[in-house]
Amino acid sequence: MTTAPNHVEALLEAVDDGGAVAFDGLRIERAEDGYALETPDEEWTGLDADDLADALEPLSDYVTNWRYWQRAVGGEGTARRAFLRWCERAPLADVDGDDGDAETGAHPSVDEPLSVPERYAALREGLDREWGQLCLTARLVDDADDDPAGERVYDLWHVDDADSDLTQLEVYDDPRDAREISTYDEDGRYRPLKTAPTLPSGWAFTGLSGGELVETVEFFYPATVANWHRELRGTLDVDHWSETAERQTGIYDVLDEMPREAVEWMAEACCVDSQCLRRREWEFDEDEALDVDGGDGPFPCREPCSLVVAAARKWTILESEDEHTYELELTTSEYNQLAELIDAVAEGRTDEIREADVNDGANRFRARYLRAKRFDEEGDLEARRVDD
Amino acid sequence: MQALVIAAHGSHLNPDASDPTYAHADTVRETGAFDEVREAFWKEEPHFREVIRTLESDEVFVVPLFISEGYFTEQVIPRELRLEEWDPDKWDSDGTSASQVTLEAEDVGKTIHYCGPVGTHDAMTDVIVQRAESVTEDPNVGDGFGLAVVGHGTERNENSAKAIEYHTERIREMDRFDEAKALFMDEEPEVDDVTDYFETEDIVVVPLFIADGYHTQEDIPEDMGLTEDYRLGWEVPADVDGHRIWYAGAVGTEGLMADVILERAADAGADIGDAVAAVREELSLETGADLEPSAEPGD
Ligand code: SF4
Repeated sequence: MTTAPNHVEALLEAVDDGGAVAFDGLRIERAEDGYALETPDEEWTGLDADDLADALEPLSDYVTNWRYWQRAVGGEGTARRAFLRWCERAPLADVDGDDGDAETGAHPSVDEPLSVPERYAALREGLDREWGQLCLTARLVDDADDDPAGERVYDLWHVDDADSDLTQLEVYDDPRDAREISTYDEDGRYRPLKTAPTLPSGWAFTGLSGGELVETVEFFYPATVANWHRELRGTLDVDHWSETAERQTGIYDVLDEMPREAVEWMAEACCVDSQCLRRREWEFDEDEALDVDGGDGPFPCREPCSLVVAAARKWTILESEDEHTYELELTTSEYNQLAELIDAVAEGRTDEIREADVNDGANRFRARYLRAKRFDEEGDLEARRVDD
Repeated sequence: MQALVIAAHGSHLNPDASDPTYAHADTVRETGAFDEVREAFWKEEPHFREVIRTLESDEVFVVPLFISEGYFTEQVIPRELRLEEWDPDKWDSDGTSASQVTLEAEDVGKTIHYCGPVGTHDAMTDVIVQRAESVTEDPNVGDGFGLAVVGHGTERNENSAKAIEYHTERIREMDRFDEAKALFMDEEPEVDDVTDYFETEDIVVVPLFIADGYHTQEDIPEDMGLTEDYRLGWEVPADVDGHRIWYAGAVGTEGLMADVILERAADAGADIGDAVAAVREELSLETGADLEPSAEPGD
């Protein structure tokens, strides 16, 4: 086991190398009259090396905190570091690196930062954060094993499982297993959109290192950490619909012909909170916002995704057709039933409609009855085009 | 730090399409040759568009997990990666000779070594042969055997046929199989008539596709007469018109593909140490085959 004195030695070396160390409220400076030491609560000056070591002894949380972030995690200015800091509500000032500005406090994901003693108290209990449908817990490693004091580990599970006992969950420790878990929804259907709110529950990752946590999160929600980090720093680059459409080639070349209002319908169909955890930041173009709200999703969506691009192609082709007037015989209830059917499919509600619930227009037997009555021998809805 | 990005097609409909990409990425990860290894897709996530920004490394080697040079490798991938300076002429390729070009990714300011597709690398020839060994479970397969390399056919991309013919020619020059033929789904010579093109009783058929899917699991087996209905499956080997057809399935699922990915990156200047040897060692432990590296990494 690495003991605290080793951390102190390393810290003192860092002070001697750089003349000073200032980190998360701990400040040590080498001055003419000896060392100066400062925390948000206390201050010492004129310490010689031994005095400094003694003074640091009751401050071991500050010392191990310095070690964890500056030695174990490193990666100043990286998204990985910012994300891990966010996980334990550490101040995010250093996400800016050298060249950023200081707008980070304003981001909705960022809460009031905790001081080192507050964080250590919380980390001993386990500090929870939500990332989409993921619940992340940061905690201090029990002192009993070989890990250096102050080392953090991370657990990860579905928000729906936050209160479940670990014994009820399938436990993993390899980030790559996240790929398999996120491939299918609860019903075993393929999830081509990773940010669809359909992540299945029943699993847990435990004891991940910081690097492994970020890797696991990236397998569940690819690129969300990088784009969150950019948004935090005010450097998120957004490609609006028209740029994305114009860029396309091959079979997607038609996208820039999609009617303006159809882009609205598409955003309403695909990019709302019930369908996607990303918050749509792209608009029709730089100067022209869509009327549809981008939603409250936790992750910024910086350009139309490949699923929307593929669907847009279909809608562009469909929208190029002319409209006609049709005449068909329906009772009022049958007419209402058509609306109920469309609504049930659009809301993904068909599986929930009970077999015998004949009051629901989208009940399977009601739909089959309508088909039996109103479809002709070819299996088409009996209707007549009346405008030519 | 150096990173490897394996750029593949992926699918919105078929969750298995990305399996080979993940498998090869994992093999490369285990060699430890790269600080970061990332899968990226046209139809899945992370998308080509977002992948580079997820990396901490400044040197990024992008290897397209595609069979041929063409629309995806020349237009889609470079455009989506925001390689502003890209021009297909920079590859200076005759359709099968693209190696690499070094560019900047405009949104992240990183150096990108954009490599030619795996399908046209010389090491791919070995993978095809390895596929023949795997399916026959004979590390010395060759004598008395014909080998058919199957491709999609020209369609919109003439380079697709070139890649097939290139490897077929190289296999022929090895003088290992009695015969070697390039066959196609959509053009002459057609894979439907595979038995017409071989004298040998035994024919190994290796489709040069990245992932198993509709073509390799449904179309080709039915077209060759291995089975009436792909859902019933087929025998390996299967008797067709007095020949024994050893149908191998997509070459891209062969473990040795990880080696081609590494070679591509090494050709572009990646420092991969003894990763190629490690992959071959690992695979030979798994398969019992004797895998000698065909080329020194980095040469
Ligand atoms: S384009 Fe819409 S559906 Fe696709 S990721 Fe963005 S918000 Fe979600």
